[in-house]
Amino acid sequence: MQATNILILLLSLGAVAFYLGRSRSLAIAAPLGGIRKLHSLPSYYGMHTALWCGLPSLVLLGLWLMFDQPVINSVVISSLAADITPIDTASYNLLLNKIDNLAQGILPRKGQSDSLIAAADHMVSLKQISRWSLTALSLALSTTGLFWAWRKIGSEFRARPAVEKVIQNLLLACACLAIFTTLGIVLSVLFESIQFFRSVPIYDFVFGLDWSPQTAIREDQVGSSGSFGAVPLFVGTLLVSAVAMFIAVPIGLMSAIYLAEYASKNVRSVAKPALEVLAGIPTVVYGFFAALTVAPFLRDLGASVGLSISSESALAAGGVMGIMIIPFISSLADDVITAVPQSMRDGSLAMGATRSETVRRVVIPAALPGIVGGIMLAVSRAIGETMIVVMAAGMAAKLTANPLESVTTVTVQIVTLLTGDQEFDSPKTLAAFALGLMLFIVTLLLNIFALHIVKKYREQYE
Amino acid sequence: MSKSVDNLAKIKHSLTRRNRAEARFRWYGRIAIFIGLSAVAVLFVDIISKGHGAFQATYINLDVSYNQDIIGIDNLMDSTQLVAGDWQALSKTALRTKFPQVSGRSDKRELNNLLSSGAGFDLKDRLMAKPLLLNETESIWILADDDIDTYYKSWLDGDAYAARLSEKQIGWIDELHQQDLIRLQLNTNLFTRGDSREPEQAGILGAVMGSILTLVLTLLLSFPIGVSAAIYLEEFAPKNKWTDFIEVNINNLAAVPSIIFGLLGLAIFINFFHVPRSVPIVGGLVLTLMILPTIIITSRAAIKSVPPSIREAALGMGASKYQMVLHHVLPLALPGMLTGAIIGMAQALGETAPLLMIGMVAFIVDIPGSFTDPATVLPVQIFLWADSPERAFIEKTSAAIMVLLTFLIIMNTSAVWLRKRLERHW
Repeated sequence: MQATNILILLLSLGAVAFYLGRSRSLAIAAPLGGIRKLHSLPSYYGMHTALWCGLPSLVLLGLWLMFDQPVINSVVISSLAADITPIDTASYNLLLNKIDNLAQGILPRKGQSDSLIAAADHMVSLKQISRWSLTALSLALSTTGLFWAWRKIGSEFRARPAVEKVIQNLLLACACLAIFTTLGIVLSVLFESIQFFRSVPIYDFVFGLDWSPQTAIREDQVGSSGSFGAVPLFVGTLLVSAVAMFIAVPIGLMSAIYLAEYASKNVRSVAKPALEVLAGIPTVVYGFFAALTVAPFLRDLGASVGLSISSESALAAGGVMGIMIIPFISSLADDVITAVPQSMRDGSLAMGATRSETVRRVVIPAALPGIVGGIMLAVSRAIGETMIVVMAAGMAAKLTANPLESVTTVTVQIVTLLTGDQEFDSPKTLAAFALGLMLFIVTLLLNIFALHIVKKYREQYE
Repeated sequence: MSKSVDNLAKIKHSLTRRNRAEARFRWYGRIAIFIGLSAVAVLFVDIISKGHGAFQATYINLDVSYNQDIIGIDNLMDSTQLVAGDWQALSKTALRTKFPQVSGRSDKRELNNLLSSGAGFDLKDRLMAKPLLLNETESIWILADDDIDTYYKSWLDGDAYAARLSEKQIGWIDELHQQDLIRLQLNTNLFTRGDSREPEQAGILGAVMGSILTLVLTLLLSFPIGVSAAIYLEEFAPKNKWTDFIEVNINNLAAVPSIIFGLLGLAIFINFFHVPRSVPIVGGLVLTLMILPTIIITSRAAIKSVPPSIREAALGMGASKYQMVLHHVLPLALPGMLTGAIIGMAQALGETAPLLMIGMVAFIVDIPGSFTDPATVLPVQIFLWADSPERAFIEKTSAAIMVLLTFLIIMNTSAVWLRKRLERHW
């Protein structure tokens, strides 16, 4: 039976359980003098029965679907004859794919070796066994749960606290998903990175000056030639982010100051949302804009004044990224500037300072920690930004600080290394995870620090 | 006496300087806002001016005779014949009859290149829909090739781009134009077809369907989970280290670069759990994890804005804590939560980078119909088209961007509208 069918079956069983539990509680209550004699409302008894009926088998279903394929795979592979048992992960996956395709009938059986066909048949039968036992087990579990909960119903049974306990745990599980996500990110990136650092020493990766993963296809070059030196990528990332910040910080900050301190209510109500449109535009659109409009424009502009600007220059990618970040900085700065107490402004104005002097000497210093925090968050966004640089920055890793040249970034390399068709455990794909680890660590530190500053500052005036 | 005059003069002098500085400062602010706003304007004007043409396509009017000898079939019901039939011959013969003077192999090839390479199959579909047309002749508008389309549109605009056409082809187009046999027509292919290597046959329906499937899954997963997490953290969580840890995690996840979520999806869902690549299920899972922090944070704000008096009143009437939350707090916070959900979905709709990691970047012609069909999404389609060398794809890309932006604008305006309309102020 298909998993979706089992799911539908379980849900309808749950509905039946709700009805049964509710009507039993009503039946018990009727001779006692109505539902006021029950501990909980009848629907809680129904809910309790339904939860006991549905929840265990839903958990079983989820776990089963997660783990049945890997288990079946390993059983099939381990039952293979010794001579075709795969030695490394790549041939393991290849073989598994072949058997799977044979089992599904995608690959014709003619011409395949007998042991493979036997393995495919084995897989088919295992899959069938798995599905049927899943169906039988989950049905047994839900009927047992239903019966047990149904039996427990009585006028003294405290159904509401029991149901609420279950709901509370479900809510807690949802909240903990954030922790599991972080854990998943750390584990997945760390695990692959450690594998990568086995073939390429971590020192060569972090401090190496030469990045050319393409040459690493040949076995004899892995780790020896130092072709995984990530410094050019770090420099490129910093260069693009610096260009972006150079544009976004002054513009974002000045517009925030103007909107918060000078603009009339009407101007503010129009200009603020209009600026925030920039924040809602997908990054792929910015990438297209940078690659097809800004970059050719800058190249032609440079050519007209005798300056050679690469058509994949860091300037184009960084400039457009800066435009993207303007609303980010302006809204964060706006928040902290408006949080500065009016009394501080009034004091300064009363002393005879002009409004710009008040802003520069009183408001900005008071808001500075928050602004710095906001800028750090923006830097972390610029470092992690992917689509703009993938579309508008280059592929070649050059160690340069000249924004008119083409550079490549960490995120560009992650995308190029992983969108190809290479097997999963080649140093090339693993290098992407090592880069991901670097990216994660740097942005995490920036974020934690920035959030800490912003939070601390907010509490100061609240 | 003279000293105080001196001081006054000094103050006056510095005052003009300070006032000038004040005026300058204001102008800096105005200029900053002007730059920001003009960036919005330039972006939109650029995209629209590049993409508006894609909503029309060039069609050529020809007399097609559905002669069964030309196609090489004698029975429309016989599927093997239909597959073997030479459908391209239909459009080729129609062109040949229109321009009988053309001879020579290369000239004929150039002539055939006037029409889209899919023209024959369009005619086949037409014949299958109206079998009575067999052995009849009709005058019909046929889709032109993308190079012709690019040339004709640029020529109509007065700035002809003829780099990919020969003199003869330009002559034929002139001839057709004088006879009113070539024209621009609404480009229905753009909205009814999947991806294609031929720009004139490429459409966004496949990508739109992929986006819808992915987003439906994302919404179904992220909204209940996000709201539950927010309820727990706002109403039930004890003040302890564990809760603080959860909060720190949520805040940090909101700022983790989206591409990292792609790496997570690749390592966990695809390589560990063996979920197939390129399917909306993986996309939905990854996007769910990505937008959960957004939904949790906005939902918490919505719950926070419900005044404590409501809670106290419910508790005072004997409601349990859960009844208080489910019956009173949740309904009042729902508009704010929905707004957050829409904003999160808009974020998910525009996201590209993590989906590249999990293989939703494949070239897929078929229109996905279920959560397990290989699919791509609208932003990824834009990325793929932007990478294509054909000039006609620039127009298509901009058109796809316009469609994407329209969706996003609708979502964001409805979020704002919802907030204004339904949110209560206490």
